[in-house]
Amino acid sequence: MSADPTTTPVRDDRAAEAEALRKALSSTPRPPRVSGMSAALTFGWRGMLKVKHVPEQLLDVTITPVMFVLMFTYIFGGAISGSTGEYLDYILPGILVMSVLFTTVYSGVALNTDLTKGVVDRFRSLPIWRPAPLLGALLGDCVRYLVAGTVIILLGLLLGFNPEGGAGGVLAALALVIVFAFGLSWVFTTIGLTLRSPNAVMNAGFMGIFPLTFLSNVFVEPETLPAGLEAFVNVNPISILATASRGLMQGNAEASDIMIVLAVAAALTAVFAPLTTRLYRTG
Amino acid sequence: MTSQSPLAIEANGLVKSFGDTLAVDGVNLAVPTGAVYGVLGPNGAGKTTTIRMLATLLRPDAGTARVLGHDIVEEGDAVRELVSLTGQMASVDEDLTGRENLILLGRLLGLKRPAAKERATELLDAFGLSEAAGRLVKNYSGGMRRRLDIAASIVVTPQLMFLDEPTTGLDPRSRNQVWDIIRALVAEGTTILLCTQYLDEADQLAEGIAVIDRGTVIAEGTPAQLKASVGSGSLHVRLLDADQRPEAEELLRRELGTVNLDPDPASLSVSCANADRGAEAVAELTRSGVRVADFSLGQPSLDEVFLALTGHTADESEQQANSIEEERAA
Repeated sequence: MSADPTTTPVRDDRAAEAEALRKALSSTPRPPRVSGMSAALTFGWRGMLKVKHVPEQLLDVTITPVMFVLMFTYIFGGAISGSTGEYLDYILPGILVMSVLFTTVYSGVALNTDLTKGVVDRFRSLPIWRPAPLLGALLGDCVRYLVAGTVIILLGLLLGFNPEGGAGGVLAALALVIVFAFGLSWVFTTIGLTLRSPNAVMNAGFMGIFPLTFLSNVFVEPETLPAGLEAFVNVNPISILATASRGLMQGNAEASDIMIVLAVAAALTAVFAPLTTRLYRTG
Repeated sequence: MTSQSPLAIEANGLVKSFGDTLAVDGVNLAVPTGAVYGVLGPNGAGKTTTIRMLATLLRPDAGTARVLGHDIVEEGDAVRELVSLTGQMASVDEDLTGRENLILLGRLLGLKRPAAKERATELLDAFGLSEAAGRLVKNYSGGMRRRLDIAASIVVTPQLMFLDEPTTGLDPRSRNQVWDIIRALVAEGTTILLCTQYLDEADQLAEGIAVIDRGTVIAEGTPAQLKASVGSGSLHVRLLDADQRPEAEELLRRELGTVNLDPDPASLSVSCANADRGAEAVAELTRSGVRVADFSLGQPSLDEVFLALTGHTADESEQQANSIEEERAA
């Protein structure tokens, strides 16, 4: 036995391994159940970690809006408003709305990805408040909306955007857009749990959000449109959100617009959050 | 009912269908606490669907089940407090590191941040993953991923653990590591429900086995009982030249009895209880000019168990089950 010098160390190694395993497996007392909010925040932290490991996600939500701001200001600005500066004041809040709302589609895509990868099974078998993974993911997404919004506003200021409503107005507009985006995200998480693949979710999402955004006053004043279209544009919640954001940034917002936006966000949440939770629970 | 160790799982007539295909058709299980209980069956036999119902991820269409004394439908929350699930697809987050995955679960299970970190380190060391702790899971090998998956299931030690085909697709070394972990878990008092396609695996680990086919339990017993009902062992022979199989079949039939032709056109097997006679038969093959690539004398395969229990092979069950899988995907 002692003739072979390698025998003893190998055995020690294995013994040490087995001992580590035994120690790790010995029953630890089960900690008390976490609160729903704390579980949701932990899932929000998971979202942040993903951004850390896949920073391309953030490029998506920053590069595109930057391109939109530059394109619309310098290519269409002169044609639509007569001058690029004037159009920037009109288009910047609109682009803020559009970029953030486009980002909401990714909430559904991310959820569908989790579902197809199988990690959802793990979360669903945990003793936690059932909507926590969903709520947490959307809270994490709100941070991305904040980043996208901040980039757009800073770029606008650099190009000469002049918000009469001051810093307070700009921040209020950003907050309003994020609240609305949170409500809209629930629609896409519902779609994310209904369709088969992340790609299908992406396509369906943009098929909906793209026309809705263009059939709003994000880019042009509705007065120039045919009557039927104008009527639709005027009641489109995205128009109202854009109008409210412009108002807040320029210091002349109508309280009724803000109320409508908040009410629509609340209604979307009230309908689609329970629906998403239900679909998530039944798998 | 008066037995000393209460049942960990008690399922009565569980039924689940997807569309108009029955995936599980009245499964009954009685799993004692403190051991590994194997559920053996081919792909699509209804193993995963059964496990998902017991782990409260799917609601049964009919039937009842109690897990550690709690009803899986009425008291789902209580069940989730006591069990953990390691699914067939490794259910860890590929876009996070191994360490982050374990911290995430520790936090969700109620550990404070420092305790969650400490527990993660402890588990990573014990499962031989400390070097890979900071790497993204998508870059892990199959065996590492599987070990992390099991580690994630025991961040807080569960009373009952569902393991769905934990070694499918693993190389032999990784498979042995997983087996060691399972044995250590049981030694520490966790009950394990193990779904597997391999009789060998169930034989190595389980004290009791239920064989499941087309959504129902078709046999139950200890591994020894099951093997006895099938025939105690079999001789597998693979030929160098598939053309010689008829010749080999004829010879083995004469020596040992009914020959089972394997899907591999160069392979065949025959049930054989006695090692000496098996060795004799192989020698006879060689003497008569049939060239043998390799042979083994071992336990009956799942196919043979199925053939003995049901009259059809596991493969046929699987083919029928494929339509169920497609149904489920739709």
